[in-house]
Amino acid sequence: MAGQRSDKEQRPSPEALLAEMRREERGGSGRLKIFVGAAPGVGKTYEMLQTARAKRKEGVDVIVGVVETHGRKETEALLEGFEVLPRKPTIYVNRILSEFDIDAALKRRPSLILVDELAHTNVPGSRHPKRYLDVEELLQAGIDVYTTLNIQHIESLNDVVAQITHVRVRETVPDSILDRADAIELVDLTPDDLIQRLKEGKVYVPKQAERALKNYFSPANLTALRELALRQTAERVDEQLLEHMRARAISGPWAAGERILVCVSEDPRSAGLVRYAKRLSDRLRAPWTALCIETRRSLQLTEKERDRIAEAMRLAERLDGEAITIPSATRRIADDVIAFAHANNATHIVIGKSTRSRWFEILHGSVVHDLVRRAGNISVHVIAGDELVSEPSTAKDVAPAASRPFDLIPYIVAVLAVAVALGISLLVQPVFGLENVDLIFLTAIVGVAVRYGLWPSLLATVLASLSYNFFFLPPIYTFTITDPTNIAAFLVFMLLSIVVSNLAARGQSQVATTRERVRSVESLYAFSRKLASAGTLDDVLWATAHQIASMLKVRVVLLLPEDGTITVKAGYPPEDTIEEADLAAAKWTWENNRIAGRDSDTLPGAKWLFLPMRTGRGAIGVLGITKDGPGPLLRPGHRRLLDALTDQGGLAIERVHLVEDIDRVRRTAETERLRSALLTSISHDLRTPLAAVLGAAGALRDLSKSLDQASKSDLLATIIDESERLNRFIANLLDMTKLESGAVSPNVALHDVSEIVGSALERTSKILGKHRIEVEINADLPMIMVDAVLFEQVLFNLLDNASKYAAGDTTITVRSWRDRETVCLQVMDEGEGIPPADLAHIFDKFYRARKGDQVRAGTGLGLAISRGFIEAMHGQIAAANRPDRSGAVFTITLPIPKTTEKLLPATAS
Amino acid sequence: MNTTPAPKILVVDDEPPIRKLLRMGLSSQGYDVLEASDGKGAIELLAKKPALVILDLGLPDIDGHDLLRRIRHRQEALPIIVLSSRGDEAGKVAALDLGADDYVTKPFGMDELFARIRAAMRHQLQEHGERPLFQVGDLRVDLVRRIVKVGDKEVRLSPKEYDLLRLLVQHAGKVLTHRFLIQELWNEPADPQYLRVYVRQLRRKIEADPERPQYIMTELGVGYRLRAPD
Repeated sequence: MAGQRSDKEQRPSPEALLAEMRREERGGSGRLKIFVGAAPGVGKTYEMLQTARAKRKEGVDVIVGVVETHGRKETEALLEGFEVLPRKPTIYVNRILSEFDIDAALKRRPSLILVDELAHTNVPGSRHPKRYLDVEELLQAGIDVYTTLNIQHIESLNDVVAQITHVRVRETVPDSILDRADAIELVDLTPDDLIQRLKEGKVYVPKQAERALKNYFSPANLTALRELALRQTAERVDEQLLEHMRARAISGPWAAGERILVCVSEDPRSAGLVRYAKRLSDRLRAPWTALCIETRRSLQLTEKERDRIAEAMRLAERLDGEAITIPSATRRIADDVIAFAHANNATHIVIGKSTRSRWFEILHGSVVHDLVRRAGNISVHVIAGDELVSEPSTAKDVAPAASRPFDLIPYIVAVLAVAVALGISLLVQPVFGLENVDLIFLTAIVGVAVRYGLWPSLLATVLASLSYNFFFLPPIYTFTITDPTNIAAFLVFMLLSIVVSNLAARGQSQVATTRERVRSVESLYAFSRKLASAGTLDDVLWATAHQIASMLKVRVVLLLPEDGTITVKAGYPPEDTIEEADLAAAKWTWENNRIAGRDSDTLPGAKWLFLPMRTGRGAIGVLGITKDGPGPLLRPGHRRLLDALTDQGGLAIERVHLVEDIDRVRRTAETERLRSALLTSISHDLRTPLAAVLGAAGALRDLSKSLDQASKSDLLATIIDESERLNRFIANLLDMTKLESGAVSPNVALHDVSEIVGSALERTSKILGKHRIEVEINADLPMIMVDAVLFEQVLFNLLDNASKYAAGDTTITVRSWRDRETVCLQVMDEGEGIPPADLAHIFDKFYRARKGDQVRAGTGLGLAISRGFIEAMHGQIAAANRPDRSGAVFTITLPIPKTTEKLLPATAS
Repeated sequence: MNTTPAPKILVVDDEPPIRKLLRMGLSSQGYDVLEASDGKGAIELLAKKPALVILDLGLPDIDGHDLLRRIRHRQEALPIIVLSSRGDEAGKVAALDLGADDYVTKPFGMDELFARIRAAMRHQLQEHGERPLFQVGDLRVDLVRRIVKVGDKEVRLSPKEYDLLRLLVQHAGKVLTHRFLIQELWNEPADPQYLRVYVRQLRRKIEADPERPQYIMTELGVGYRLRAPD
């Protein structure tokens, strides 16, 4: 290995630097110290408490989260003086069990907490199923933790310990938590001393396991375990030293360029292989990958076998390996493995020794043999089957999956195909002779093989052979063959049939596999296109939920942050909501950016599994999935598919958020622009009349002597007119303010249209002095439901507007009539009309101000106010140009109130 | 005018420019002007026996409506004209209900104010006896013989229409609230829309152009006012 080292490895390795940085970054997170022992009874808890006492003397805020004294007096004495966190009673199967109270610990926030027995399994219903997960959360919260661990509980040593002691420990902790530990202290005791302590009763032994444990504490076992513990600790220490050296580019004896590949199959021993690979990788300090190759046989696996593969792959991920599934690209699995190994520079391949029969190997070839033959310079570790203890599946019992129901139709078709071939053969035999008959049968067989796969085609082969023999090979109508040439021909025919049907069937199954992959790629592609075209957040959420639900056959909810918490924003089926308890799991996922809920390590009691949705910019939401009935939610292939879908959905959600952000910025800019235009316009509209008034009044005061009477009254008229204009403008501003603040609450009552028109004409009489006014109001017009003051203001604004845009000697017409269930009122002028481009915006607030049109007085508030008032009274207002001549026409329509009929004038007299 | 002392008008307004304007305007019409800038001063000046009060509703020390009530309490027959702002129809109606005789909306023209003052004063004088014959423009109403004529043509009115016109004539130039008219015509609360129906009918009979009335003026949101004889 040393020879392989190159110059570049003398430089600090980036991974090591990163790891060190991460460790330093964890400044925010707590430090973990593990007291490791080879076996129970070596005194880990005692040692931990003593160290903690010393810390407390230094003034550190230490509390005891959970410590099992097992009634030992020395240990109990050490507990004295510590603040001990009360345990949390939890009811489980009619028993009250007390557990470590993580919430209380997080609330109390000591600087150091003691949590005994790291490998402990929590009572179902606790936040985490395992205590080490509680510890991880404590560390994440920035609390230092002291904990204890026996060597047999370490996941990767699980098999080895089971081999040594013949006792398999079910409570394990992943190796990653040891990697994470900032300090590991080995509590060592010689086997003799330990046995002595056991005899003195100083070792806690549960009653029911007394006999088993007696065997456990044999000197041989204890020596082996002690060695294991020492080696494990030494390796950790070594690793820390190495990382330190690497980070500082200190050259040292570390291995370089090693990479381990472990082949995972549905074989029950795969989990053991994975653990072996982990140990190998620890020793070689090499990265490792668990590889699963999907072949056409994978399609025929039972649910249980699939689960086993999934379990092994998950285990690999838990043990910090990489888990990869690839489809088989060649005929031989060994070739696929070698190709992958070369592509990824693997130097070691770990594979289980075959347990298959010799016959199977002769027929199908042995992967192990192939691998060894072709491995070249890659080391192949073949792990003997009996070396590994099979463990019962840890997966929850799954109802036996309904295997693909037996389909009779392919076999019927196979029989029919042979029958048809037989018929045709009988017809053509006299013409073409015996030689060509077998080709007709072969055609039928190939057809069946291509369409229905291996087994129906084999049936067809058997039937075809029998028919061929029976009907065509002399002596015909018997199954005996006399002519040796014919025997040879028959054998060749059979052989050919089998080979052809096998080939065709293999092609068919590959097509099926490919088709399934293509389908999933196609739907992923379709999904991304759908997302790209979705404009609103709702569309994106719905598309994501729907896609995940339909591709993975699960129920889906999407939760997004809102007001500091997260709430369900979409779901499929759409009516799906989640319960309060599940929402807690979703919140946990959101806050910790980690997976939680059903099938996970955190709050596994929840009905839903929650996954964080992340993008490069950070967490954006939470995805929840569930399905009816028990069993695991996802297979490993599905997990990857779900990740792909979640990523795409997350990106799309982020895109919508970004677009919204941009929109908001643009709107703010637009508002700013409008505001400044408005200020300019308002100050113009306020100052112009004021300037006129001041100027005229000043002139009257200063120049009264030199002014003639006509000029004086002209100036006075200016003062009065401009003051009135100012007054109207201020009234408009006030009205607009009222509308904006929502303070307009119409005081509606039944009113006579003509009365309000009359009042408006009276008020505008001065402005409209030069115009001709025509009023056409139907005599039997029903009363309308309006606020008289607001409605009159609308009319006033429309008339005021007309007076500005139509010349003095033209006619302004006010018309009102009944149109079915509405009353219409029009104000028409004979001006130039409204430019078509402006028609759509004429009621917009400050439209004229926005256009910077200062030619005519007024900000264009009048029309906006008119629309606001009319809409507040449940009416409509529209602007148009007159069809008959130039000029604008504004039409107000108001519904006729139901009660108005009885109030028609006729009834009043 | 030489023999009788000039009528006194009390102006209650906290804005000096408005008081100044009113003082100048009213003096030019031969009135004596008393000025108060708040409610306290107004109450004190009542002792000087003003003939009419012009009262701004927004005062610094006391709510305008409260002051109105207190003045009315002391001097039942004293005509009061309220200064109010546009859009405060409810405030106007409340003031009229509390006994104000009329109102002027700010900003106002002097001629408008003088007309209101004349109408209020005339009405006070009329309290003692109705003038039998009323004429404004072409409209003539003989209250004794109950004859209504527009020009030379006699107009036939229903009893309710006549009652409505009589009420308006009796208070010509003054605004009459919907409530007052309804109370007088029906002696019980009724929907204002009945009143509007009668006003429309009456206008059709006496106005040349009902859409642009010359006699019965609409005070939107408040009531009606018959034009006073010039």
